[in-house]
Amino acid sequence: MRSHTDKQLRRILTDVLGLKPGQADDFDTDTGLFGHLPELDSMAVAGLLTEMEDRLDIVIEDDEVDGELLESFGNLLAFAEAKRKAA
Amino acid sequence: MNLTSYPCPLPGGASADEYALGFDRSAAQRLLIIPALFDEAHRMRRLCVDVMRRLEGGGIDSFLPDLPGTNESAADLSELALSDWAAAISSAARHFKATHILAIRGGGLLVPSGLPGWRYGPVKGASLLRTLIRARVLSSREAGREENGEGLLIEAQEHGIELAGYRLGAAMVQQVQAAQPAGSLPEIEQELLSGSPLWLRAEPDADAAQADALAAYLTMAMRG
Repeated sequence: MRSHTDKQLRRILTDVLGLKPGQADDFDTDTGLFGHLPELDSMAVAGLLTEMEDRLDIVIEDDEVDGELLESFGNLLAFAEAKRKAA
Repeated sequence: MNLTSYPCPLPGGASADEYALGFDRSAAQRLLIIPALFDEAHRMRRLCVDVMRRLEGGGIDSFLPDLPGTNESAADLSELALSDWAAAISSAARHFKATHILAIRGGGLLVPSGLPGWRYGPVKGASLLRTLIRARVLSSREAGREENGEGLLIEAQEHGIELAGYRLGAAMVQQVQAAQPAGSLPEIEQELLSGSPLWLRAEPDADAAQADALAAYLTMAMRG
C-alpha cells in the first residue's frame, strides 16, 4: 500500500518528466533520478522541488538539496516522507 | 499566421514596435494571449501557437505578443519592470482590439482591466522567482560555487540579478516578488485539458490533445 506522499511524488515526476500515465508506477527505491535522467537539469530540478513544496505542503531549504537526495526515487521519497512528518 | 507588431511604451516616454504572432481575419472575437514569463514562456509557446491555429479554424482571431526585452525585442530587459510589461500588454490589447484575454501562468500578473477572459495555471510572482533562484543555486553548486537563495533574493531586490539567462533589474525583481495573479478572471483547471501541465516539463513538449481541449473550451466560451 503506497502512502499519499508516495503517490503524489510519482505524480509530480510524471508531470516533470512527461511520462505516460502509469509509467512511474514501476519506479522502485533504486530507480535513478538526477544523473541518470539527462533531462533533469537544474531548471527542471528547481521546478520539481517547488512542485513538491506546493503539493506536499512542505518547505525545502537549499542546503537540504544535494546529489544524494536526488540520486534515486527512494532517497527523494524518504526525504519527502520525513518532511511531511515534521510538518 | 503572420508576424505582426504592436506599439509598446517603454520607460522614459520612449516607444518601440514589438513583434507579435497574429491570426487576424478581422473576426468579431479576438483573443489576446498573455504569455507565460521567463523560462516557462519557452515551454508554453508551442501550446499557445497550437491553440491559435485551432482558434483560427473556428473563426476566432488571436494574438501572442513578445514582451519587451524578450524574444525578438531590442529593448534592454534589465531596465524594465513588471509594470512595463503590464503597460505593453495593455497597449497590445488596444492595438489588436482584443475582446478577450487568456493569461498563461505568470501572464496572470499582467492582466489589463476591463476585458473578460481566463487564467490558465495562475502562479504567484514569488513562486516563479523562488524556482528561478533555486535553479541558479543548483547550477552554481554544480560549478563548484556555493550560493544562498535567501541572500541572492535580498541582493537581487537591491541590485538586480541574472536568472536563467534573463538579466532582471532590481525593480523587476521587487515587483515580481510582490505580484499576485489577477483574481478577477476565472481559472481554466488542468483537469479540463487532461494530461500534465506543459510548463513543468523538463523538456519542452507539445500535446495536441491539450491544445484541442483548450481551443474547444475557448471557442465555446467566446462564442457564448
